[in-house]
Amino acid sequence: MAKILYIDHEKCTGCRLCELVCAVSHDGISNPARSRIRVLKWEAEGIYIPMTCQQCQDAPCLNVCPVKAISQDEELGRVSVDYDTCIGCRSCVSVCPFGAMNFNTTDRRVLKCDVCDGDPQCVRFCEVKAVEFIEADEVAIRKSRKAAQRVSAAGKQAAALEAQL
Amino acid sequence: MALNRKIAYIDLTTGDVQTESIPLAVRKKFIGGRGLDAYLLYNHTKKGCDPLGPDNALIISGGILTATCASATARTHIMAKSPLTGMLGSANMGGFFAPELAWAGFHHLVIKGKAKNPSYIYIHNGEIEIRDARNIWGQSVTDAQWAIRQELGDEEVKSCVIGPAGENLVRFANVMTGVKNAAGRTGMGCVMGSKNLKAVSVRGTMDIEIARPMEALEYNKRFIDQITSAKVSQTQGTLGTPFIWGATNSWGGVRTRNFQYNQCEYSDDIEPERIDEICEETMGPYHMTGCFGCQVHCRAQYKIPEGPFAGKYEEGPEYTSLGAFGAETDTPRALTVLVGNHLVNQFGMDNLEVGSLISWAMELYELGIITDKQTDGLDLSWGNDDAVIEMIERIAYRKGWLGDVLADGGIPASKKIGKKSFDYLVQVKGMSNLHSDERATPALALNVATASRGSDHLRSRPAIDLYHLPEEVLRKIYSNPVAYDGPLSSEHTEYIGKPWQVFWQENLYMGVDCLGICKYHTVFLGVTLPSFEEWSKVLLYNTGIEMTPEEIWDAARRCNMLERLFNLREGLKRNDLEKGDMLNHRYFDEPCRRGAVDVVGTMIDKKKFIKMVDELYEHQGLDKNGVPTPETLESLGLKNEPSHLL
Repeated sequence: MAKILYIDHEKCTGCRLCELVCAVSHDGISNPARSRIRVLKWEAEGIYIPMTCQQCQDAPCLNVCPVKAISQDEELGRVSVDYDTCIGCRSCVSVCPFGAMNFNTTDRRVLKCDVCDGDPQCVRFCEVKAVEFIEADEVAIRKSRKAAQRVSAAGKQAAALEAQL
Repeated sequence: MALNRKIAYIDLTTGDVQTESIPLAVRKKFIGGRGLDAYLLYNHTKKGCDPLGPDNALIISGGILTATCASATARTHIMAKSPLTGMLGSANMGGFFAPELAWAGFHHLVIKGKAKNPSYIYIHNGEIEIRDARNIWGQSVTDAQWAIRQELGDEEVKSCVIGPAGENLVRFANVMTGVKNAAGRTGMGCVMGSKNLKAVSVRGTMDIEIARPMEALEYNKRFIDQITSAKVSQTQGTLGTPFIWGATNSWGGVRTRNFQYNQCEYSDDIEPERIDEICEETMGPYHMTGCFGCQVHCRAQYKIPEGPFAGKYEEGPEYTSLGAFGAETDTPRALTVLVGNHLVNQFGMDNLEVGSLISWAMELYELGIITDKQTDGLDLSWGNDDAVIEMIERIAYRKGWLGDVLADGGIPASKKIGKKSFDYLVQVKGMSNLHSDERATPALALNVATASRGSDHLRSRPAIDLYHLPEEVLRKIYSNPVAYDGPLSSEHTEYIGKPWQVFWQENLYMGVDCLGICKYHTVFLGVTLPSFEEWSKVLLYNTGIEMTPEEIWDAARRCNMLERLFNLREGLKRNDLEKGDMLNHRYFDEPCRRGAVDVVGTMIDKKKFIKMVDELYEHQGLDKNGVPTPETLESLGLKNEPSHLL
C-alpha cells in the first residue's frame, strides 16, 4: 500500500524549512511561493499548521480538469499533473478544498505535491517529525493510540479522585 | 541569485528612493550582513553626527546567505550610530524578516532623513513605498505588526517595528519582529523613533536561484545533522537558552543585586523546567518554536498563567530575561520574569539594559544615593517584584523623574543622579552588561571590555572556555583556519592564551553575522558546530562565490577593523571609562563572594588584564592605544576608507 504524508501540527515549530527544501529540490530555487507544502501561521497565538496535498481518493482537481491532465498514480499513491496535457486553466486551483493546488506566477503553471517520487524532502529535513511519510492505515492506528492514552490518563485521574472521596 | 539582491537608499525627508547592485568585488571584501553594514555606516555617516538627527544612517540587512538553502539564515542585522553609546550601534535578530526582505529583492536598506509624520516603509517585490503610520503610532510591538497586515490585506507580510519605547526615544529601545525576536542592543529602535519610522514591512515572492541546488541541499542536510547531533543543540531545543541558567549560576557566573554577588540564591523558581510546569495548564509541555529554516528551535512559548496579564501569549523568556528580571534585581520569581519579559517585548526595549539599570537604581536606593523623592515614593528595595514591573513601564513611557532619567541610559543618568552613582554602574562604552559576572573568567572579561558595541557577550565571547576542554582540543579549534602556536589554557580562571581566543571568536562571530547565520549554529555554545571550513562550502554551493576559509577569516578581520575605525572616529580611547576598552573598577576591587571553590575570592587582576588587552591589540594589528597601524590598514585593504564604493 502506498504511503502518505502525515502532518502532526502540534509538533511543528513553524520554521518553514520544509517550504525551502521543497522549492529547492523541485526547482533549484529558494522561494516559498514555489513550495508544495506551506506552513500557515497564527503568530499571535503561536499556532503553526503545515498544509499540503491530501492526495484525495476522489480528487476534485482530477474530476474538474477539462483535459484530463490529472491522474491517480496508484503506485506512489499520489495525484499527478501531466504538464504536456495541462492547459493552465486553473480550475483545479479553484476547486481544491485544501488550497493545495498552487499556481506559480513566474512559470505560469500549477504545482502540487508529488511526494518527491517517494522520498519527500520535507520529511527528510523535518527534525521534529511534524511531517512523516507513513502507510495510510498507520495514521488511524497512531491516532487511536493517542486517544487511548488520553482515555487511560482520564481513567486514572477519575480513579484517583474517587479514592480521595 | 542571492548575489543580485540590492541595496536601497531611502530618504525619509524627501521620499527619494534609489537602488543599487552590490559589485562582486565589494562582496568579497565585506561579504554582506553586519560586515557590509559596517562599511555602509562608515561611509554614509559623518564624524560626530547626531545619532538622533536625520543624518544618522539606519541600516537594515540580511546576510549573503539569507533565504538560500543554508541552515538558519534568518538573521536580520541593524546598524546605525548608537544613541546609547555615541559609538557603533549594532543589533541582530532572528525571525522571518530578513528572508522576506531577500525575496522582496533586497539585502540592505540604508535609511536616512526624518519623516514629517509617523510613517512606515513597505517593500513588495522590488517596489518601495513610504506609507502613513499615524494610526498605528503608539501601538505595541505585536499590535502594530498585526495592524499593518490588516491594512495591507496580506497575512504573510513581515515587519520590523518599534514599540512605545522607541517612539518615546528611550535610548535603548529595540527593533522587533514577530512576538519576541529583538534586535535588542544599542538603541536601534530609538534611531527609528527619531526618524518617525514605526515599521519596515516586507513581502516578497522573487526567486533566489541557488548556484548548485543539489549540492546545496545535500550539504545543508549534513550541516543540519552536524548541528542537531550536538547535545547542546538538543538541550537548547528543549529548554531554550535558559538551559545554561542552572550551571552558570551554581558555579558563580550570574551577576546578582547589580554587582554585589555572583550567584542568585533560591532561584529554582525561574529554571526552565519550573516555568514549563506553571505554564502547563495554558500552553502544554515544552512548546518550542524556531526561526526561519532552523532545526534548533530554541524559542520557548508560554502564556502567563496568572495575575493581571493572565493568558497573554509570549515567547521566551531567554536566559537574559532570567538574569535581567530575576537575578540582578534579586527577584527570582517565575511570574516576575514572565511578566517582565512580556512587557519589555510589548514596549520594545532591550531587556538587558532595562534589568541592568533597574538593579543599578536599586543599589543606589540601598546606598541612599537616590531616595523616595527621586523614585516618586516607589520602594526600590532588593527583591521588590512589583517595583521591577512598575519601573519597566516607567522607563518605557518616561514616567516620573527616575523613569525619565533612566530612559536616557546609564552614563547620562549617572550625571543627573550625581554623587558616586557612576562607580556602581556596570557598563562598557555606555552600554550595560548582561547579567553575567566575569570576575572569575578573564577571557570573558576581556570580551566584554573590548566588544565593539560596548559591554556585550555576542561579539567575541569564548563561551567554550568554561568547558575546561583539553589543550589539544582547544588548539584544534583555535588554530583553524589560521595557524596559532602560542599558549592556550584549559583553565577558565587563567589569563594566558585568552586574547587569542577572544580574537578568534571575534572573527568567527563577524563571519557568521556577515553570512546571516545564527550564532547557535557555530562555535558559541557547541564545540563541534560548523565554522569557517563549512561556511566556505555553503557559500560556494548557494551563491557560487569561491572564498577559502582563510579568505572568509580575512574578510571578517577587515569588517571588525571597520567597526574599530568607526568607534575611533567617534571618540574611543583605550582606558576611558565611558568610551574605552575598560571595565568598571568593581571587576578589579571586589572579589566574588559566592560560587564554586575556585571562584570565591577571585577578581580580575588589573595588571594582567592590561597585558591581555595589549596582546589582543597585537593580534588585531593595533598599537598600544588601540589604533590600527598603517601596515594593518594596508594589509586589510582599508587605507583609503571611506572609499565610497557604495
